[in-house]
Amino acid sequence: MISVRDVCASHPGGGRVLHDVTLDVEAGAVTALIGPNGAGKSTLLAVMARLLEPEQGQVLLDGRDVRRTPGAETARRLAVLRQDTSLAVRLTVRELVALGRFPHSAGRLTDVDRELVARAVEDVDLVDLADRRLDRLSGGQRQRAHLAMALCQISGGDGSEDDGGGYLLLDEPLAALDLKHSVRVMRLLRRRARERGLTVVVVVHDVNFAAAHADRVVAMADGRVVRSGPTADVITGPVLAALYGTEVTVHELDGQRFAAYHA
Amino acid sequence: MSGDVVVRPARTRARPGAVRPGDTSPAPDRLGEPDGAGREHARRRRVVALLGALTLASCVLLMVVDVQVAWSFVLPLRGLKLAALVVVGVAVGTSTVLFQTVTANRILTPAIMGFDSLFVLVQTVAVATLGSFAVLTADPRLRFAVEVGVLLVFGLLLHALVLRRTTSGDVVLLVLVGVVLGTLFSSLTLMVSRVLDPNDALTLQDLLFASVGTVDAQLLPLTAVVVALCLLLVVRRLRVLDVVALGRETAIGLGVDHSRVVRRSLAVVAVLVAVSTALVGPLTFLGLLAANLAREALGTHLHRWTVPAACLVAVLALVGGQVLLEHVLGFGTALAVVIDVVGGLYLLLLLLRQGRATAKGLLP
Repeated sequence: MISVRDVCASHPGGGRVLHDVTLDVEAGAVTALIGPNGAGKSTLLAVMARLLEPEQGQVLLDGRDVRRTPGAETARRLAVLRQDTSLAVRLTVRELVALGRFPHSAGRLTDVDRELVARAVEDVDLVDLADRRLDRLSGGQRQRAHLAMALCQISGGDGSEDDGGGYLLLDEPLAALDLKHSVRVMRLLRRRARERGLTVVVVVHDVNFAAAHADRVVAMADGRVVRSGPTADVITGPVLAALYGTEVTVHELDGQRFAAYHA
Repeated sequence: MSGDVVVRPARTRARPGAVRPGDTSPAPDRLGEPDGAGREHARRRRVVALLGALTLASCVLLMVVDVQVAWSFVLPLRGLKLAALVVVGVAVGTSTVLFQTVTANRILTPAIMGFDSLFVLVQTVAVATLGSFAVLTADPRLRFAVEVGVLLVFGLLLHALVLRRTTSGDVVLLVLVGVVLGTLFSSLTLMVSRVLDPNDALTLQDLLFASVGTVDAQLLPLTAVVVALCLLLVVRRLRVLDVVALGRETAIGLGVDHSRVVRRSLAVVAVLVAVSTALVGPLTFLGLLAANLAREALGTHLHRWTVPAACLVAVLALVGGQVLLEHVLGFGTALAVVIDVVGGLYLLLLLLRQGRATAKGLLP
């Protein structure tokens, strides 16, 4: 479980972004972070992934403070995918994904690692492009390559069943993806959570993706958690309307909730 | 320039290998090194082999071409020079790749950010404040250590105050910072040397007279050992550098102590820059050429390829250029100028390409 305790954080050089955030992220479930622009979703994710030092408070990973845990040890269980995957690195997709195994093999791949790399490439539907260089891919394909790296990073060490758990923090993984791949990625995350007890925290912009795929939803506004709970409790017309400050109605169709806000 | 010879064949070969519809079958070779990856590997090996052969040929040529007096006189002299150029090439190639990796860009080099001109300034100030006698009689190791120390502090300050606060899109700003710093250091050097005692000025000129044509071979044993040690450190961290090249956040995400690697790498860069500047004086654009041509030719950021290739390109440019200019064309000490002209044009090209790419919302 990831526990966030009284975390306050600021942007480097900016004002305060998170105010006393306390949150327990349920293990083995998909938790969606939603909220308007500037609500602090990405910042919270960065703090959870120890990419940003909080000014106050702490983040516990299975009860241990992530700042007191050696970075490599955390990296074997927790992977993070940030928003900006545009970095122009000349690596093939396979080489990038293989770097995801770095915390386990320090760059010297074993056969098990290679198998995990191949599987991760397949999971994100990039087999055809596995030996293409990243700087020759589209934004969405690059995003998927980075996702594969993150998936590969927290795959079980023995290549078979996971030793339970693992954490995957994703900052808008769907931003550059087309519909088909967005759905595919969300389904994959759900399956990993269900089958292998992976804990997924994902920042999503499209509320409907949260409604369809998340087990739990955390709604943030102005650097605070305003609502947190099972998806059905948070994805409701009044909650979303108050959260985004615009008219939202939630319809139910075949047991599936849809937020209508485009009109 | 000799660099062109290297790049062209590699580029034309890269195209068919990069996009290959035949790779689509996922089933057969999933476990082993897949076919496409193996081909890429072989191509990179060919590029490095070609570079190695060219470098070796130019080294041999430097030793034997245009010998007009007794061999026993020429060989040791040229041997020293060759050794010094090789040490410089390795120092410049390695330091540039390292610097570009930890600053996550491929346009800035230590030399462009003013490291070299700071080195010259330190020597000038030392002579001005301590007097030429003190400087000349000081242990060369001590002198070297002080110079490295100043460069290191500069590197860390530069990183903390400038590089860390800018994103990779701000390269033009950083180049500007580098040009301003470089000009500042050279003007300060000029100013200090104006007020020097004529004797001190002469000493200083001796200290600074090192150039590609007239290598300061006295420092050779010390610097060769230093470079070898640095290289050893770098080689042991090649795979960590691959991760650091992905940027700070990804590196931390993969469990690398990013700021520690950056600090140590900058320390190594400071030492290597001091070595090359002490031996042959400032070479502003050699590193830029070496690192980028190596990456272009290899098409990869993996350091186990780029570090050796960048070293080879740098040595090739220095030694091959020396053979061409001094012995074939008879231009004497113009090599540094030629390298700077070619490298400067290349920098412009890179900046233009980067500008166009960012305008389209993509990085190059």
